[in-house]
Amino acid sequence: MMIGGIDIVVLIATLMVASTPILLAATGELVAEKSGVLNLGVEGMMIMGAICGFIAAVHTDSPALGFLAAAAGGIAMSLIFALLTQLLLSNQVATGLALTLFGLGLSSLVGQGYNGVKPPPSPDVNLGPLEQIPVIGDILFRHDWMVYVSLGLVAATWAVLRYTRAGLILRAVGENHDAAHALGYRVRLVRTLALAYGGACAGLGGAYISLVRVPQWSDGMTAGSGWIALAIVVFASWRPWRVLLGAYIFGGVTVLQLRLQAAGIAIPVQLLSMAPYLVTILVLVIMSARRGRAAMGAPASLGRIFHASS
Amino acid sequence: MLLTIEGLTKAYPGVVANDDVSFSVAEGEVHALLGENGAGKSTLVKMIYGLVKPDAGHMTLRGAAYEPAEPRAARAAGVAMVFQHFSLFEALDVAENVALGMEKPPRPRELAQRIRAVSEEYGLPLDPSRLVGDLSAGERQRVEIIRCLLQDPKLLIMDEPTSVLTPQEVEILFETLRKLSAEGTAILYISHKLEEIRALCDGATILRRGKVVATCTPREKSARELAEMMVGQTLTPPERGTRAPGEVVLGVAGLSVASPNPFGTSLKNVGFDVRAGEVLGIAGVAGNGQDELLLALSGELRSDAGAVVLKGKPVGTLGPEGRRAAGLVSGPEERLGHAAAPEMSLTENALLSGRVRRALVKSGFIDWKKTKGFAEEIVKDFDVRTPGVDVAARALSGGNLQKFVIGREILQDPAVIVVNQPTWGVDAAAAAAIRQALIDLAAKGAAVVVISQDLDELLEVADRFAALNEGRLSAPRPVQGLTVEEIGLMMGGAHDMEVAHVEA
Repeated sequence: MMIGGIDIVVLIATLMVASTPILLAATGELVAEKSGVLNLGVEGMMIMGAICGFIAAVHTDSPALGFLAAAAGGIAMSLIFALLTQLLLSNQVATGLALTLFGLGLSSLVGQGYNGVKPPPSPDVNLGPLEQIPVIGDILFRHDWMVYVSLGLVAATWAVLRYTRAGLILRAVGENHDAAHALGYRVRLVRTLALAYGGACAGLGGAYISLVRVPQWSDGMTAGSGWIALAIVVFASWRPWRVLLGAYIFGGVTVLQLRLQAAGIAIPVQLLSMAPYLVTILVLVIMSARRGRAAMGAPASLGRIFHASS
Repeated sequence: MLLTIEGLTKAYPGVVANDDVSFSVAEGEVHALLGENGAGKSTLVKMIYGLVKPDAGHMTLRGAAYEPAEPRAARAAGVAMVFQHFSLFEALDVAENVALGMEKPPRPRELAQRIRAVSEEYGLPLDPSRLVGDLSAGERQRVEIIRCLLQDPKLLIMDEPTSVLTPQEVEILFETLRKLSAEGTAILYISHKLEEIRALCDGATILRRGKVVATCTPREKSARELAEMMVGQTLTPPERGTRAPGEVVLGVAGLSVASPNPFGTSLKNVGFDVRAGEVLGIAGVAGNGQDELLLALSGELRSDAGAVVLKGKPVGTLGPEGRRAAGLVSGPEERLGHAAAPEMSLTENALLSGRVRRALVKSGFIDWKKTKGFAEEIVKDFDVRTPGVDVAARALSGGNLQKFVIGREILQDPAVIVVNQPTWGVDAAAAAAIRQALIDLAAKGAAVVVISQDLDELLEVADRFAALNEGRLSAPRPVQGLTVEEIGLMMGGAHDMEVAHVEA
C-alpha cells in the first residue's frame, strides 16, 4: 500500500518502534505525577538507563539483562530525586532539572570507551501464524518483545490506577496529600515508590534507544525524548491510554517526516525536522485552552511540597 | 468510662500546645472540648486519633491502655474522626473517598449499597458515584460522617463540624448525633459555638492556652459564662450608634462572573446597594460564591462596566489598582498569600496595597520613609503585636496579621471596604477589635460590606443582611427583626437533608 511514495504498512510498523522509548518514559512519569510529584529529570533517567543497559548488555551479551540493568539505573536516579525532594524537601523543579544535567554528564563519563561498540541484537518475537496475517501481521506482530512490554505496561498502569486499592491510594496522595496524611497514609513512601516506577520506566525507555532503536552508544543520544515524554503526560491529561495515543502521534510524525525527507518532498528539511515538536506544542496549546484543572485532570497536589507539620 | 485521658502533654518548639490535660468521656456521652483558636483542642484530638504522639501522659480506652501509633490503629480501636478542614479528595467520587477511610473496604458495588443504606438510615442522603468536588459543604460533611459510621465507631470525634452548615443543617446534624449517642456511641465535640454546645453536650472540658481551666455541665451555664471561662476575661460586645444612611456609594447590578476555580461557584445576577455609613452583611455556607464575590468587587475578576458602580461611576472593567484609586478597598479571606505576601515584611506589605491611596511611590521610586511610617501607624492604631515592622508577615500570629491587613485597608480612608471572613481563626479579643474598627469606619461615612460564614458576627455588625446561595444573592433585609429561621431559608435551607429516622 503506497501513498506518495511511502509504504503505509511499514510506516505504522516503524512508528510503533519509534514511539516506544517515549511511551515507556511517559507511562512512568504519569504514575509519578499522579502521586503528586513533578520529576523533570526524565531525560537524565533515560540517558542513564541507556548507558547502564548498554554496558550490561555488551558485557553479558544478553539484551534482557541489559534492560534489567537499565531499569535499575533509572531507579537509582529516581531515588536520588526522591531523597532530595521527599526527605530533604528541596524544590521539585530545580531538582528535576539538576537530575537531567547530572544524568547527561554522568552517562557520558561512564560511557567513554563504548562509542562504536555493537550491542547484542534484540530479535523479534516469533508469534508464528499471527505474523502471517496480511497487513495486521506486518504492523502488529513482527516486533521485538519490548514493544509488547511497553503496551502491557500501559494497560497495567491503567488497570492498577483505576481498579485497585493501591491505585486509589496513589491518586488520593496526588490529589490531597494533607488529607491522605490525616487518614494515615504514608505520603512519602507512596511517592517514593511512584518515583521509582517512573525511574524504572524511563530507564527502560532509554535502553530501548541504545539497544534496539539505534543501536549503539553516543553521548546525549536520548536527544530530548525525556522532555517530549513530559509534554505527552500533560497532553494525555494524565490518562494512560491517551499517553499511548500521544506517544504514537509524536512517533508517527517523527517517522513520517523522515520518510518525507527520504522521498524528496519539496519541503525544507528544517521544517520537516521541526514538525514533531511543532505538532506537540500545537496539541498542548489546544489542550490547555480548555480551562480548568479538573478538565485537564491534573493531580491537585502536583509539584507541591509535602511537609507533615502535625 | 470509655476514654480516660491523664496528664497528656505535647510541646512544639516555642509553644506548649497541651499541658497536663486530663478528662474522661463516658459511653454514649456527648462531651464538648471548648476553647479559643490556639487553645490546643486540635492537638489534643490529633493525639487521640494517633496523628500526633504525646510527649507525656497516657490514655485508656475501655480500661485498656490506648496508645495509637497511627490513625489506622485508632480506627481499629473504634475511634473515628470528622475533620475541621475536610479530609476529602475533590477529584475522587464519594465511594472512593469513603473507601480511603476504611481498613478493608468491601467490593465497590457492595460499598455503594452500604453507603446508600447507612446514609438513608441516618437521614443523610448521598449518591456514591458523585464527584466530591461537585458537592456542597453540607454534603461533603455527610461523606465524612458516613465514612466514620461505616466503621461502627465507639468514639466519634468531630472538629468544628457546624462551621460550614446552615442552621437547618445543624439541627439535622444534631438529630443524627443524638441518635448515635442513644445507641451508645460517645461523641467528642469540638467547637467554639457556645449555644450549640449548650444544646447538644452532656459535659464540657474547657481549654485555655493548652491547660484545662474548667469542667462543667454546659446546660447549667450561660453562654456568656462559658465564653468568659474560655477567654479568661470579661467580654464587651461592640458598640454602635444609630446613624442615618447617606447616599448609595456602591451599586451592584446584574453581576455575573464565572469562577476562576474549576470547583468554584460562579456568580449569577448578583445585585445590591450599599449606602454611606451602612454595613451590609453577606452570609452563606462556604463555597457558595463568597470568594468569587470578593474577587469581583475588588477588581481581581472583571465584569461588565455597569455591573459595579462606585459613587455613580461604572468601575466593572477596572482592576484592583483602579478601584483602589477610586476609593474601593478589600480584604480577602486568605491572609497569607492573598491579603499579604508571607515572606515580605510588614512595611513591604503595607506598600503593596497602600501605594496608590497613600501616595507611597514618587515617579517610580518607593518612598521608604513614608511607607515605614504607614506600617507603623497601622501597628499602633490597631494594636498589632509585633517586634517591629521589618518582620515577615508570616511570623505574625493569625489574629495579629488579620488586624494588620484590615487596619491597612481602613487607614487608606476608603469610600467602600469589602472584607471576606474578617475574623476567621482570630482570637476573641482581636475579633472584637476588628469588628469595632469596621463599625467605626462605617460611622465615619464609609460603606462596608462584610462577607462572613459566622452568623453571630454578621448579626453583631450589620445593618442589613443578605445571603449567598449557589452564586445567587438574596434580597438584602434589615437585620432588626430577622429570625434564625428566616436567615436559614435565605442561606438555602437544609439542602434536602432529612431528620434521622433510625430506631433508637
